[in-house]
Amino acid sequence: MTSLLAVLIDGSIYASWLFLVAAGLTVIYGVMRILNMAHGSFYAIGAYSAASLVGWYFNNGIGPAWISYLLLVGAALVAGLIVGVIIERGLLRLMYGRDEILMVIITYALLLILEDTMKIVWGVNPYFAYQPYSELGRTSLGLLKVSNYDLSLVGVSAVIGLVLWGLLERTNTGKVLRAVIHDREIAVAMGVNVRLMFTITFVIGTILGALAGALTAPAISVVPGIGIEVIVLAFAVVVIGGLGSIGGAAVGALLVGLSRAAAVHYAPEFELFVIYGVMSLVLAFRPEGLFGRTLARKI
Amino acid sequence: MRFDKTEISLAAVAIALVLFGFVSPGWLIFLLTIAFAKALVVQGVVMQMRSGLVSFGQGLFYCIGGYTVGMGGQFFGIHDAIAALSLGMLVAIAVAMVLGLLLTRYRDIFFAMLSLAFSMILFGILVKSPELGSTDGFNVHNWTIFGWAPDGGESSQHTVFTLTILAGLVIAVLIHRYTKAGIGVICEAVRENEVRVEYLGLSPRWLLYGNYVSAAAVSALGGGLTALATGHVDPEMAYWTTSGEFIFIALLGGLGHVAAPFIAAVVFSVVRTYAIELVPHTWQMILGFTLLGVIVFLPKGLWSLVSRKKAGERA
Amino acid sequence: MTVILETKSLNKEFGAVIAAKDLDVRISKGEIVGVIGSNGAGKTTFINMVTGYLKPTRGEILFNGKSILGHSPRAITRAGMARSFQVAQLFPEMTVLDNLIVALAAAESPRPSFLSPLRSDKRIARAEDILREFGVENYRDSLVTAVPQGARKLVDIAMALIGNPQMLLLDEPTSGVSMDEKTGLMDTVMNAVRQHGVTVLFVEHDMDVVERYVSRVLAFYSGEIIADGQPSAVLADERVRDLVTGHRPTHKKGNGAS
Repeated sequence: MTSLLAVLIDGSIYASWLFLVAAGLTVIYGVMRILNMAHGSFYAIGAYSAASLVGWYFNNGIGPAWISYLLLVGAALVAGLIVGVIIERGLLRLMYGRDEILMVIITYALLLILEDTMKIVWGVNPYFAYQPYSELGRTSLGLLKVSNYDLSLVGVSAVIGLVLWGLLERTNTGKVLRAVIHDREIAVAMGVNVRLMFTITFVIGTILGALAGALTAPAISVVPGIGIEVIVLAFAVVVIGGLGSIGGAAVGALLVGLSRAAAVHYAPEFELFVIYGVMSLVLAFRPEGLFGRTLARKI
Repeated sequence: MRFDKTEISLAAVAIALVLFGFVSPGWLIFLLTIAFAKALVVQGVVMQMRSGLVSFGQGLFYCIGGYTVGMGGQFFGIHDAIAALSLGMLVAIAVAMVLGLLLTRYRDIFFAMLSLAFSMILFGILVKSPELGSTDGFNVHNWTIFGWAPDGGESSQHTVFTLTILAGLVIAVLIHRYTKAGIGVICEAVRENEVRVEYLGLSPRWLLYGNYVSAAAVSALGGGLTALATGHVDPEMAYWTTSGEFIFIALLGGLGHVAAPFIAAVVFSVVRTYAIELVPHTWQMILGFTLLGVIVFLPKGLWSLVSRKKAGERA
Repeated sequence: MTVILETKSLNKEFGAVIAAKDLDVRISKGEIVGVIGSNGAGKTTFINMVTGYLKPTRGEILFNGKSILGHSPRAITRAGMARSFQVAQLFPEMTVLDNLIVALAAAESPRPSFLSPLRSDKRIARAEDILREFGVENYRDSLVTAVPQGARKLVDIAMALIGNPQMLLLDEPTSGVSMDEKTGLMDTVMNAVRQHGVTVLFVEHDMDVVERYVSRVLAFYSGEIIADGQPSAVLADERVRDLVTGHRPTHKKGNGAS
């Protein structure tokens, strides 16, 4: 019974983290049809920004602990905004309209560039910002002790998911974005400023990625390469859920999170295998992912 | 058997290289061996690119080729290099025949990401396998060719070099014929317009399948030769960034000529060796900018990739 | 007359949209049938279903008496039914000659060779013959992207004919082609077709073209066939005039101005 509870809790925590990481990726693909390989780098940039800011904050004993949570989010917002705007305006804008696969390779080049940029800016030594994590303490659930920070991540993740959903379904900008998702050409013909939409979308995606990294930073040691591991996981989640679907990303995250937790508890050698196994299984039966769109007639 | 101009030139270059191997310093021989072995893996990537598919996980077969050679020696008493290399190719073919059944149902980014996923699955399996050395991998040693064993490091290196050149020549000639044969041209036709190929009474899926399996075998050969040359295999061979390197070299060389991956691989290896020494923390950035540069300024190399249009999108 | 193609109660629904409703068609060997109807009436949907590209919601399709329901376009092509496309489906970055050679090789065998060259002398000669037959020999070495619309449609049709099909479905063969080129194109196609004794069904918007070549007309409207018979009868039918052709004088045959 305990291990089942452990699987559920671990699974949900991991799922929330996965959703945070994957949300930005799926939004960018949904609107811009770009599978952004550099998404992991945004995650890492968010982690580095948050860790260095919070680290500096605590090392200089500046103020109370609760402010550090604001700093985490703030660092992500600022870093995401700056990086997102620079990249979208400076690079991607010049590359639009090319084959989807080519865009993936372009974002792969971006990944390589960003990885080294981070090494230059932050160096290669690890950054730690554990205080926000440890400050919240732990809770006992039956025989299990769970970190409160991890638990709140579940809540934060749900909130962000709802906010995203609300933005897309309830606001005008959201409706326009969904129009662009459905048919870019017609949206342009209707006078939608697609270029602006692209910038907005990309920045939202970047901020989401950075936020995921920033919120994870207190739980890990931030070192070069953390972005790279994250990408493959994010892809699996997004592909399972259906590219472009936020609801799909949530479901995909839950599926993968719970499967992985089960694997870790009962058959640890199969951890990575499970994630891709689930992805391959889903794709074998539903090639577009669980909530993906089927394509229109070609001839 | 008639050999055309290209094949004769390839043979001439190969002979020149083999002779060159007798007078070159060890470090150069090693560099060229690794480069040409990598080029073979890249040939597999290029074969698939010609059919419109970008494999982000060719490292899977590179790794299978390498580990089979290593495991053959360590666990199964297969010390003959030729046998081990052939076995590596056979294992790769077997795996490809299974995976291909799923993968050939997909195109574009789904194919790319699924291929990436499978190479990562292998990576995960190897990392969690203590018998195979986990993240450290293990060493490859004591191989022979038809009973003859090289004595000492230099002789061993030189032998692998010659072996790699000869293997490269054979593969190059075969691929050259392949691209001019029905399968090669029709795979390109699939890239150009898959629906039309269906309506001509052919199955794009099985064409891509045959191509996929063939590419796997070629890449596995590259992996096996790398294992012999470096004397070591590790899970990194299946990590997706390794596959990224193969894609980079493929794009650098372009799809136009069978010699291109070899040349690009040498250029890449030379630049990389120096870049890592001189600017270790900006080496990846250089790669990234170069990749962007190739995409923007050398569209010929990416010509086939860029100009593929889906049916119905033309005005 | 043997029936070569038969559909029974063929239906296609896309959710609430009914693209094809109870299509009952019987085409005999050797017939030249014209299909008319405004855009969205279901003509291409019909061709897509009959050639296996689209799966019908309900109904049956028989080719030479055997069911081809659920068969792939590949299988149906091999069974002897070929088609051309509204937008010419060619291999854009290959030469016109190569396009034909690929079609030739495909017609010869479903399993392409792994080592022997595709562009053999024999295939090149045969492809050149076909280029001449269709009057596009000037474009032999041009990339399809550099070839004008009319020529592209001819190559598209040529590729369909290469496999010596028993039946040929042409989807708007003259669309995108200028008025004065239309008859030239259709003459070329029909000459080639007559030589091989092929049953033809073609979709066409230009009534003059229709009247000139066909022995029978099917009129589509909103997914249904509203008329089926001799051209003069169908084109004079009131419903057809209301919904498809408009009330124009049928000056060609000299019977009954509106």
